[in-house]
Amino acid sequence: MKLGFLVDLNLCMGCKGCEIACKVENEVPLSSWRLRVKYIDIGSFPNTSRSFTPLRCNHCENAPCERICPVSALHYLENGIVNIDSSRCIGCAGCMMACPYGAIYMDPETNTADKCTYCAHRIESGMMPACVVACPVEANIFGDVEDEHSYISRYIMEHQGNIQVRKPEKHTNPKHYYVGGGTQTLNPLAHQRLEGYGLFNNVTHLAHNGDPHHGVIDRFLAPFIGHETADNKAFMDFDAGQTKSKEGGH
Amino acid sequence: MVENTIQATQAVVTLDVALPGIIWGWMITLNMWAKSIGTGVILVGAYLLYRYKKEETPNLRWMMPLLSFVALNVFLLFTLVDLHQPYRMINIFLYPHWTSAITVGAWMASLFTLLVTILMVIGAADAFPRLGGKKCKVTAMARNNSGFYEKIFPFVVFLAIPVTMYTAIIMAESSARELWQAPTEMMQMFLAALMAGSAALILSSGSWNKEARRDLSLILMFAVSASFFMYMGEYFFSFKSSEAEATLAYIHAGGEYSAEFWFGMILGFIIPFFLAASTVKNDNKTVLRFAAILTLAGLYLAKDVWLKIPQMLPLS
Repeated sequence: MKLGFLVDLNLCMGCKGCEIACKVENEVPLSSWRLRVKYIDIGSFPNTSRSFTPLRCNHCENAPCERICPVSALHYLENGIVNIDSSRCIGCAGCMMACPYGAIYMDPETNTADKCTYCAHRIESGMMPACVVACPVEANIFGDVEDEHSYISRYIMEHQGNIQVRKPEKHTNPKHYYVGGGTQTLNPLAHQRLEGYGLFNNVTHLAHNGDPHHGVIDRFLAPFIGHETADNKAFMDFDAGQTKSKEGGH
Repeated sequence: MVENTIQATQAVVTLDVALPGIIWGWMITLNMWAKSIGTGVILVGAYLLYRYKKEETPNLRWMMPLLSFVALNVFLLFTLVDLHQPYRMINIFLYPHWTSAITVGAWMASLFTLLVTILMVIGAADAFPRLGGKKCKVTAMARNNSGFYEKIFPFVVFLAIPVTMYTAIIMAESSARELWQAPTEMMQMFLAALMAGSAALILSSGSWNKEARRDLSLILMFAVSASFFMYMGEYFFSFKSSEAEATLAYIHAGGEYSAEFWFGMILGFIIPFFLAASTVKNDNKTVLRFAAILTLAGLYLAKDVWLKIPQMLPLS
């Protein structure tokens, strides 16, 4: 069994329902995302279009994050899921350096790496991932890609020639496929990412990784004195310089 | 190629989450810089130890492991401090994952530090007969086993090579950062060790004979020039992936990283080369020390830029 994901970008309407469902299901803290939907505007007025691209962990067959993890916190499950054991993670961020898809984040509450696990806990109890259930247009398709009779396998067969994965040149063998994607949506260098330019919020970079109130000394003291600042309220102070606009720019 | 795509499609991100910025920052730069000194001192010091008699480099036998010990402890300290869960560092030893260069490196660096500590204790106990007094068992044991220094030293020198190189393997495993994937990173790590090692030894070479200092000048000149040309080759000439090209644009396009990179190149590579060259004949200790200090400062700046710019590129 090899579980995989497919997103039909022709169906996705950018409602962000999957993003919210993922946040709620996995209690992902503010400033962190396991799944996000990116909007890209293509063309010049009046010939413009908007594409929506859900981005999550690709659960690669040859996962660079698993290879670089020094303590096997990132590991493969038998069903192909690349899972993470937060209680073992040392927070070295090697996986964040290795993942070509930027799918791993430093959880600000636990100060450990975290990512999409295809809702491994739900799958274990026979349920679908939260994002699949929430999608109103069934653009998210999930199943066993090794079973030729599964819906995802049949969908892939029906759309041969129009199936893409992100960054195939990295030889990671992602188990996350897109239908209807193009270079401009799947290649981060094929679109401009202008700082501050956005629809409802700033397109920007985080100034911190992990808990912004968790300095070097706090890391050592935390087990003894605890750190109560790392709740969601701690990330609500948007004016406190938690983002900076001068980095990035592609 | 993709630049043309942008022009053709006018594709712009209009709504997205904030992406992480620089994750491995100045602490990792300091970590790599200190490790270069820690291993480089042993590699360059080994050459001097075999090439010259004890009288010609009187304090080398204890000064070399002492410098290495201090640098390695700075390296280990900042490795630990940079972790988000520093107390779980022990997991590397309890649950080692051997495909990870971080794991292999941590084990090798720990063993290397242990051996360098033994060298330092034996070297210091031999050089200072009153060290620790008569009752100190550690120094007494070190003096009784003085020959152990020479026995383990070849192994320490051998181990210094993979300890120098493993950071390049970590960078190679960081497959998201295309700029670090170049095979030249291995050579850059080795040259950085020669630069830092010779520079650190120059600072403690006041009482050595001028032939030894001349050799250090020549090693420094070789390392800075080779490293400089490799940086220039990567910067100007080599054919790279679009990610690596886009990363280098953070230097090409000007701005703070361009200034830091070129400041580092001039300060740490070009000026020290000519300063060191000027001392080969006239043995000017002050100028040579100045060259060494500039080299160490410039090396830090160059490594800092090379570490940070690939992290600024959006991955998704």
